[in-house]
Amino acid sequence: MTEIKYTRKDFVSDQEVKWCAGCGDYSILSAVTNALPEIGINKKDIVFVSGIGCSSRFPYYVDTYGIHGLHGRAAALASGVKVSHPHLSVWIATGDGDSMAIGGNHFIHLIRRNIDVNLILFNNEIYGLTKGQYSPTSPLGHVTKTSPHGTVEHPFKPAELVMGSEGTFFARVPDTNPKMMKEVFIEAAKHNGASIVEVLQNCVIFNNNTHEEITGKEVRDNNQIYLKHGEKMVFGAENNKGLVLEGLKLKVVTIGEDGYTLDDILVHNAKDKDATMHYLLGRMSLPEYPVAMGVIRAVDAAVYNDELEKQIANAKATSKIKNMNDLVNSGETFVL
Amino acid sequence: MATKANNVVEVDKVVVKFAGDSGDGMQLSGTQFSDTSAILGNDLATFPDFPSEIRAPQGTLAGVSGFQVHIGHTDIYTSGDDADVLVAMNPAALRYNMSHLKTGSTIIVDGDLFEPKNLKKAGYETNPLEDGSLSNYTVIAAPITSQTRTILKETGLDVKTMDKSRNQFAIGIVFYLLNRDMEEGAKFLAQKFKKKPELIESNVLVMKGGHNYAHNLQLIHTTYRVNPNLTKKGKYRNITGNVATAWGLMAAAERANLPLFLGSYPITPATEILAELAKFKNLGVKTFQAEDEIAGVMSAIGAAYAGSLAATSTAGPGLSLKSEALGLAVMTELPLVVVDVQRGGPSTGLPTKTEQSDLMQALFGRNGEAPMIVMAASSSSDCFHYAFHAAKISLEHMTPVMLLTDSYLANGSELWQIPDINNLPEIKAPLVGENVEGGYKPYLRNEESLARYWAVPGQEGNQHRVGGLEKEDVTGSVSHNPHNHEKMVQLRAEKVKRAVADVPNQELNGPEKGKLLVIGWGSTKGAIFTAWKQLFDEGKDIASACFNYIMPLPANTEEILTGYDEVLVCELNNGQFANYLRMNFLHIKFTQFNKNQAQPFMVSELVQKFNEILEA
Repeated sequence: MTEIKYTRKDFVSDQEVKWCAGCGDYSILSAVTNALPEIGINKKDIVFVSGIGCSSRFPYYVDTYGIHGLHGRAAALASGVKVSHPHLSVWIATGDGDSMAIGGNHFIHLIRRNIDVNLILFNNEIYGLTKGQYSPTSPLGHVTKTSPHGTVEHPFKPAELVMGSEGTFFARVPDTNPKMMKEVFIEAAKHNGASIVEVLQNCVIFNNNTHEEITGKEVRDNNQIYLKHGEKMVFGAENNKGLVLEGLKLKVVTIGEDGYTLDDILVHNAKDKDATMHYLLGRMSLPEYPVAMGVIRAVDAAVYNDELEKQIANAKATSKIKNMNDLVNSGETFVL
Repeated sequence: MATKANNVVEVDKVVVKFAGDSGDGMQLSGTQFSDTSAILGNDLATFPDFPSEIRAPQGTLAGVSGFQVHIGHTDIYTSGDDADVLVAMNPAALRYNMSHLKTGSTIIVDGDLFEPKNLKKAGYETNPLEDGSLSNYTVIAAPITSQTRTILKETGLDVKTMDKSRNQFAIGIVFYLLNRDMEEGAKFLAQKFKKKPELIESNVLVMKGGHNYAHNLQLIHTTYRVNPNLTKKGKYRNITGNVATAWGLMAAAERANLPLFLGSYPITPATEILAELAKFKNLGVKTFQAEDEIAGVMSAIGAAYAGSLAATSTAGPGLSLKSEALGLAVMTELPLVVVDVQRGGPSTGLPTKTEQSDLMQALFGRNGEAPMIVMAASSSSDCFHYAFHAAKISLEHMTPVMLLTDSYLANGSELWQIPDINNLPEIKAPLVGENVEGGYKPYLRNEESLARYWAVPGQEGNQHRVGGLEKEDVTGSVSHNPHNHEKMVQLRAEKVKRAVADVPNQELNGPEKGKLLVIGWGSTKGAIFTAWKQLFDEGKDIASACFNYIMPLPANTEEILTGYDEVLVCELNNGQFANYLRMNFLHIKFTQFNKNQAQPFMVSELVQKFNEILEA
């Protein structure tokens, strides 16, 4: 790898950023432009792809190659970029409306195929750009312009869709923690396969403080657990809470109480091919559990674009047909 | 083998239809007959006619599958109207095809199956072999099933496998009737069953059995010979429209020196384009079988942005789903070839049947002012040429191109003269070099063609963004400026218009002025030309033209259309091209001849219609 020294400034485009003041997108943009200099990739080889929504303006604000597509279709667009030109580092910026509703199909198939792209899912549990309608991640009963009496539909948890699609990388970060975001984006970039990072993002206008119970300064230490591969699943303001497995369920315990010691606390294994534990961790929600942050799952599996390149290399090496003239003259022909 | 002294009559053309149950091997028989005819030097065209069900109930009308072959000593432009020879492997196949037989034609049936059970399944109340209803035809009711089993008795094959060779008994009779070369028939089988050698011998035995049967029983007093077509010289192969389309795209990629990417989703009758291209990883072709039609086209747009020759293939319903994405391709001004293999519509319609009813959708089926270059192939083999040119124009003009074919072209086949790929024109996409001086501007254009210059990811220093939001001309920055939008709408339209520089002048057959001009577009060319030629040769005052370039129309279109008492537009829809022409040429009066049966035009019905007008 040729080492080119970049700084954040190298990735800031000349376009005026047009998100609302106080929008969580600013901190995500900042974390991405802080992470990109450290992923070891020449900026000429980076492409940002998006669909439609507030998050999807992202490509305009990063000084790399970029394509702003259609609502819901970023994953399909990015698949074409990556599969056709696998040397490119492909990033998708998308939202919960874009990827969980209109683009749900493309989202799961991108993950199932395990194409090597990095997808950042801005989850603010609301439609922002269309001005405040409930989304597929809005909680049951959520009151919005299109659900004045509260929604009567159950939300998706993106983590569950990723696990259900045999995903190889899933991480979650809050938009309030720039350091964690940067670390996780770098991990996502390093992962060979489809990397999904859910960012709990705040829409300051239409769904302000929706993640406050998780991200608020007063509560975050007790309500989040930052998982790190190979480390104990410990959290809390006093760092004395942990997770244990009881039967088929996780349980929050306090170290030093009820006979639990540090030895009893689970160690996070993000690389376990069996996704059962990652599924349990991904679906943890308040108030029973803290919300899991960090890289929940990162496993190696066959990657679509790598496998395709292998097939092509093998076919080229073994075939007698080297060009179109060979092909059109092969097989059954008739001289009249 | 010595032939008995019966008459051999030389004929210019023969149409043979093979029909049976979906599992009776009719497509194989048809291919066997057409390939062996090609070896003898006949020109030919074929057309399979199959139900959309994979295996409909045996012996029923719904399960009848057919394969028609038209061979000629003269040039052949269609797969033929009514059959001269019908092979009907069961009563249903006979009943299904009765309305497409020439009077006096020869019918070869499996007499064993004309018994109450199968007659009832086909809806016959009496046995047509006995009730006199076939008195106008020469009927050869051969005991095909029992003969086949007798021939194969010693082979140890089970009855089911034996019965799969029944088609070879029928082929043997056809070969006798039409003086085809049995050696070539056997060679075809050897090639076909290369991987199942035990079946080669048994099939050859049955074919010879059929031939001997026809010879020995003296059922046939006259046989026919179609001599080689001596105007065709050179090296040919038999090719279907879908394969020709796939190869045209591959040839274009080679001549453009770009990788080929197809994003597609299986849909009848376009699927073979995806399946064909999927074979050629040896040539670096990438196919992406997407999760749906939208992902098919979106992945192609992604590949185009990244620097591929990108294509998507579909049929009418799929094209409907791709509409929004095609607008994105128009807006981002990226090259993209969209192949629409038309079928009977609307909605799911008649998936395996042919129609020309997607023209308006192709021209106008997008939100906003979204002009698109639209062209149409007119024969199975020229799908190669038009796929190549669709790619060439798309890449050189930086705009999506829609290529319309249809089920008739896609599944039909004909002889294609093999070109030297190195003699095909070079394709020059307007790619820029790295680090464009003064900074790359995505919407800076070639002054003549208005094509924007193309930078692709991986190039140093040319970072840029494109997308579906309206862009400022030259810089490509997002812009909602009203005057800029006006300008961009006009630029995109003008760019499509200027592609006319690469559209050849429209050819006209017959007089430049006169009583009647008949016109069509796309796949009806063969039928319209054949009908026109027949009347023209009779000295009638008639001209014809068949369009391949629809948007933009060839530069001489108005000139061609002017000067006739009547301009008749013939198409397999309710008048879409006629209305498009009316929109473009207000002062010309167009009349229409439309067919909405999801079947190709028959030459005879065109001749009849043209005569009605000429004699009025």
